[in-house]
Amino acid sequence: MNEAYEDRLRAFVGREINPLRPGQDPVNQPMIRHWVEAMEDDNPIYLDEAAARATGRDGTVAPASMVQAWTMRGYAATAAPKGGGGFDDLVALLAEGGYTSVVATDSEFEFHRELVPGDHIGMREVVESISPEKVTGLGTGRFVTTLKTYHDQDGEIVAVQRWRTLRFRPKEKPAEKRNEKPEPRALRPRPALNRDNTFWFEAAREHRLVIQRCAACETLRHPPGPCCPECGSFEWDTVQASGRGHVYSFVVNHHPRHPAFDFPMIVAVVELAEGTRLITNLVGVTPEEVEIDMPVVLDWLDADPELSLPVFRPVAQEGH
Amino acid sequence: MTASTGKPTGRAASRTYDEVAVGDELPELSIPLTRTMIVATAIASRDYQDVHHDPELAVERGSADIFMNILTSNGLVDRFVTRWAGPAAVVTAIRIRLGAPNYPGDTMVLTGSVTAKDDAGDRVEVSVRGVNALGPHVTGTVVVRLPKGENA
Repeated sequence: MNEAYEDRLRAFVGREINPLRPGQDPVNQPMIRHWVEAMEDDNPIYLDEAAARATGRDGTVAPASMVQAWTMRGYAATAAPKGGGGFDDLVALLAEGGYTSVVATDSEFEFHRELVPGDHIGMREVVESISPEKVTGLGTGRFVTTLKTYHDQDGEIVAVQRWRTLRFRPKEKPAEKRNEKPEPRALRPRPALNRDNTFWFEAAREHRLVIQRCAACETLRHPPGPCCPECGSFEWDTVQASGRGHVYSFVVNHHPRHPAFDFPMIVAVVELAEGTRLITNLVGVTPEEVEIDMPVVLDWLDADPELSLPVFRPVAQEGH
Repeated sequence: MTASTGKPTGRAASRTYDEVAVGDELPELSIPLTRTMIVATAIASRDYQDVHHDPELAVERGSADIFMNILTSNGLVDRFVTRWAGPAAVVTAIRIRLGAPNYPGDTMVLTGSVTAKDDAGDRVEVSVRGVNALGPHVTGTVVVRLPKGENA
């Protein structure tokens, strides 16, 4: 970037890029309803007059976080900006420098009072700073920090927001990103296969849950191993499990998060009807619902073309 | 870390300032990030930037897919804290920083704990963190004013 460009950017610091202008619509219940439905926010003070009054308020209020929405410029102005204002001038100058993409990075709100239907909110925005060029994960860009003050119909400030966006040059998009949509999920870690356990995973790929059995004393064992822990024999065969069992123990895994798994993930020790236990995942059940001794039944997880694994679901949901 | 306080977060009841202690943990909130939800929240917040609804243009602008807008991150953090605090709570500040984008198909898990109490204004500061499969999407603090005692 040359010095002249830097000077033109610097000239925006301290400048008002959005003059105080009332939003398109006053605070109103239909827009509040859209917001709380989309956010799945069931706090009753936003839509239920009686519930709002029960909290000491005069009636319903708008969600605090919604203040910015009242001053958004709307669809038409976004689709076809008229241009000419300080904000559009700054955006154009940044685009001239190659910073054509934008992402918001910080928002710091202080709310002076709750907004109620009928309030008409306007916003004024002043540039606080424009950073030197920075290399970020998204691309090279500049952080633009502004201060937005939200005023009501009487000119009183109802909220203040420090607002930071990154205006950046998008990185050259990797070709593979575009072609594979949706992005393939990370694969589950591969089992550590060896001569003693490969038979078990191969059976699993055929959706057969097998249990190793000592050929000499017929003791069942799991996990697979070369030698019978009872009689020491190296001879073995397998039997197919009934697929019935119960939860012997379990943990709920929240962290660390491997991208191949859904979290929270239930890792269980299931004791099979045959008496052996295996470590597995529970499906079709939430962590809150799992109980020790809960009867479970075998199901199959086809994680990817190379890997199928036994999982278990509660008996009640069999056939679901 | 202390466990979350015993009081259920039933909608009828509001938490009072006196019953909240520094270190209290909020009940975790897991939010499935569907494509429809990301678009619906962007539109409900009147944000028509194409990166929040048009996958082709989002990729062109350097993103892997469409992503949640920051107004929604604010709204979800607001919901997460007021759900715990109860309907009498008044939100006086929300300060957030965004990190990993919220892409469709992911899940964001919000956790939080009480980090400060201000007796003068009956204000409680809650630190909040929303994590998706890529890492922390949102970190920040929310300040709520709670009713003083008994009859809340």
